Amino acid sequence: MSAAAPALVARGLGKRFRVRETGQTIEALADISLQVATGALTAIVGPDGAGKTTFMRLAGGLMAADSGVLQVLGIDAARDPQAIQNRISYMPQRFGLYEDLSVQENLDLYSDLHGVTAADRRARYAQLMEMTALGPFTTRLAGKLSGGMKQKLGLACTLVRAPELLLLDEPTVGVDPLSRQELWTILEQLAGEQGITVLVSTAYLDEAARCAHVVVMHGGRVLTQGPPSAIRAHATGQCFAATPFEREPARRLQARLLDDALTIDAVPRRGGVHFIRRREAVEQGDPQLGALLRGASCESAEPTMEDGFMVLLGERAARERLTPSGLAPAGAPAQPSGTSPDETVIEVRDLTRKFGDFTAVDHATFTVRRGEIFGLLGPNGAGKTTTFRMLCGLLPATSGFLQVAGHNLRTARAEARRRVGYVAQKFALYGSLSVDENLAFFGGAYGLRGAPLRARRAAVMAQFDLAGRGGTRAGDLPGGFRQRLAMAAGLLHEPEILFLDEPTSGADPLARRAFWRRITALAEGGTTIVVTTHFMEEAEYCDRLVIQDAGRVLALGTPQEIRKEAGETAERRLDMEQAFIEIVARARRDGGARVAA
Amino acid sequence: MIRRVIALTRKEIRQLLRDRSNVLLGIVLPMVLILIFGYGMSLDVRNVPVAVVLDDSSPAARDLTARLSLSEYFAPIVLLSMQEAEQRMRRREVDAIVRIPQDFSRQLGAGGAQVQVLVHGADASRARLIQMYLEAALGQWALHQADEAGGSPGDPGARAEAGVGSVTIVQRLWFNAANTSTWFLVPGLVVLITTLVGAFLTALVVAREWERGTLEALFVTPVRPIEILVAKTLPYFGVGMIGLALCLLAAKFLFHLPMYGSLALILLASVLYMLVALGIGLLISSATKNQFLASQIALVVSFMPALMLSGFLFDLRNMPAPVAALSHVLPATYFLEVLKSLMLAGDIWPTIVRNCLVLALYAAVLLALARVKTRKRLE
Repeated sequence: MSAAAPALVARGLGKRFRVRETGQTIEALADISLQVATGALTAIVGPDGAGKTTFMRLAGGLMAADSGVLQVLGIDAARDPQAIQNRISYMPQRFGLYEDLSVQENLDLYSDLHGVTAADRRARYAQLMEMTALGPFTTRLAGKLSGGMKQKLGLACTLVRAPELLLLDEPTVGVDPLSRQELWTILEQLAGEQGITVLVSTAYLDEAARCAHVVVMHGGRVLTQGPPSAIRAHATGQCFAATPFEREPARRLQARLLDDALTIDAVPRRGGVHFIRRREAVEQGDPQLGALLRGASCESAEPTMEDGFMVLLGERAARERLTPSGLAPAGAPAQPSGTSPDETVIEVRDLTRKFGDFTAVDHATFTVRRGEIFGLLGPNGAGKTTTFRMLCGLLPATSGFLQVAGHNLRTARAEARRRVGYVAQKFALYGSLSVDENLAFFGGAYGLRGAPLRARRAAVMAQFDLAGRGGTRAGDLPGGFRQRLAMAAGLLHEPEILFLDEPTSGADPLARRAFWRRITALAEGGTTIVVTTHFMEEAEYCDRLVIQDAGRVLALGTPQEIRKEAGETAERRLDMEQAFIEIVARARRDGGARVAA
Repeated sequence: MIRRVIALTRKEIRQLLRDRSNVLLGIVLPMVLILIFGYGMSLDVRNVPVAVVLDDSSPAARDLTARLSLSEYFAPIVLLSMQEAEQRMRRREVDAIVRIPQDFSRQLGAGGAQVQVLVHGADASRARLIQMYLEAALGQWALHQADEAGGSPGDPGARAEAGVGSVTIVQRLWFNAANTSTWFLVPGLVVLITTLVGAFLTALVVAREWERGTLEALFVTPVRPIEILVAKTLPYFGVGMIGLALCLLAAKFLFHLPMYGSLALILLASVLYMLVALGIGLLISSATKNQFLASQIALVVSFMPALMLSGFLFDLRNMPAPVAALSHVLPATYFLEVLKSLMLAGDIWPTIVRNCLVLALYAAVLLALARVKTRKRLE
């Protein structure tokens, strides 16, 4: 194979699935044409449902396309998948590891399967151990490794011999930012120094900036492709960074900008607001902008990968006359009377939860004030889900003090629960019931019936733009609608506190913006929001947040305070992800030093 | 190829040994079943509580009562009123009532005494057994009485006078002389355990790999589907054989089954049926790819029919024709038949050849189907 020949060529690739329950056919891939250059790093980027995994499986010979041509290493994937599988390596989502085998046993298995000789093995293992830093853990069971270590072991298993093409399907899902950064460093080494061809899929747009070629997918189609600079270039000249005037919260400025028809996107970033204006507005000098800024200073900003994506998506949405999932105005419940804004609604002191001899949450202490958006951030296994469950009263604490909405959760759990709403990470409504029936059921569960129930149901349906969908089965709703229904159900009984567990994971950026717009509106209305997320940039929406790792609270404060704690200076501005990595890495270093001492 | 199979088999054995639920299903469960079926769930009738209502207190009536209490089958309770006996029957404290009427000894003297026997019929087959045993016990007693009354034993005239038939039935049960239910339960147990390990456990472990996404990673390697199948089959074949060995040892030394047939043939039949069960397990898991569903289907299509329809609990000849026909589709039926004859009757070649051929055919078809169904595809 000559160096110039691409490792993978797809032309007009299409793939459809039949959904057995409804008999509908969904188009997972439509007219996909792309190339993967030999010896380089190529990324397929897109939100959930974009078709990334389907494409990876087609490339691995695990599925056959319905139309189009797919050649991998010059072999027709439809005709001889085994010939391809002999020469490539593939890491599926969740890494494909045998959790009841040790690190060494996993490596040996894949070496045996790929026919690696004992002599080659010695040299290779040493190299892999150095690369992944798994050396001290060879006898540990794969299931007992942290998410980041599993990811590295999964990668090592694909590298027991040098594959001619390496396929990695969402290797960074569910892995903390620190480990994600390490993985990308390894991938750059593989492609740069060893000349291995890598095709990696990811939902994080900004990760793809490290690749030579990026294919952006959305809804089963290629939205755009090219080098990262070309994708960023779509937003050139349209991006701005605003710093709010005086003491206006950045969130409010962001909401105002986002609600404007000429804004494509606006997100809080580094204490200010990063936003994109429509090209036509910029070209005409943007006379409306000044009124929106209300005195905030504004300068042009470098576009990111996500900005490029948002511009393209925004253009397409405008073409197809799609409104970005209805940004309803703040029809939030009125603030309960007789409460002061600084009132503490959640108080946590020395909260500890043990599972056997494992401490999931270790003496956590923090408070949440009324009307705040409070974030719980941390890598997988940091204890944020456990903390979250204890706050909602779903899991009893081992020790410590925990008061929610004025009720001690150890003595009056039912009372406290009535004051809170909970939206689970997975869709927890009944798919076979209609929207109306679901709301009636959840209202009933909270003791609402008759006229009050009807009134509340109408109110939340208006608030979440569900009008006209009352008769639709919840299972048939599109993803964004489902999440809105889940939120509507959680807010039926007008809770003082709303708990949201990873509400935006897997959603596309448009849906995520719409979601946060609703959340900020709710908080303005006096509802306290406690939210977990693994999108670090979303921490900027929070008034205050805690960062957890290994069960301990590492940092607590406003996003600005957290950035400062991470070592931000006037010269060295940090975004939330960098701050997070800094704080977690520092704590792990100190922890390691403590253990060593 | 051989190297890959060895690597995969080694992996499979490691996983098997590390997961306690496998040991539980493969070794502990067979042992528990052996003990339950062998000791707890006997279908025999022994020490049945029987109320004897003595309306007559003559020596003859008392002698009859004594006769019943001497029998190992009955535990008589002597009562003086029918009312009390009825109450006890309703509370099911007794399973039968024997009422000896007031004029029993007088009637006996006159040559024709009547005894009322009432049996609790809720459990029909047990009731029939109790009825039979009671009749036999009473009949024997009557015969004995007649002999004594007639003076010289063997005097046909006396017997005819006593109203008892002159033909004495000397019965014997072949192949299970003591009519011990354990003897016919043990072969059934072997069938159940082999089914459980072969179909249930295998379906579960393959479905687990689908669920955890490990097969997906395995597929994109030089591995061939047949190698995956062989590597999955070998270790569980071993576990099944351990279960089988436990059953055979228990049969021989715990329950003292005669084992007339040759051990080699018992093993051959078991190996064939094990392959059938493995084939079923592999097919189920390739069709469902989900542990919960796979276990449910394995229970419904393999374990339950083996329990209900193979002739283990219910005699095939007493089934309605459609159900009997269904039984004869089940491989378990053939295995049970050949096992029973080998353990209790000996090497009966026509049965062995016919049933083993059927089992071999099933094994070949099912494993071939599993091979066809196992493709390196995710759709």
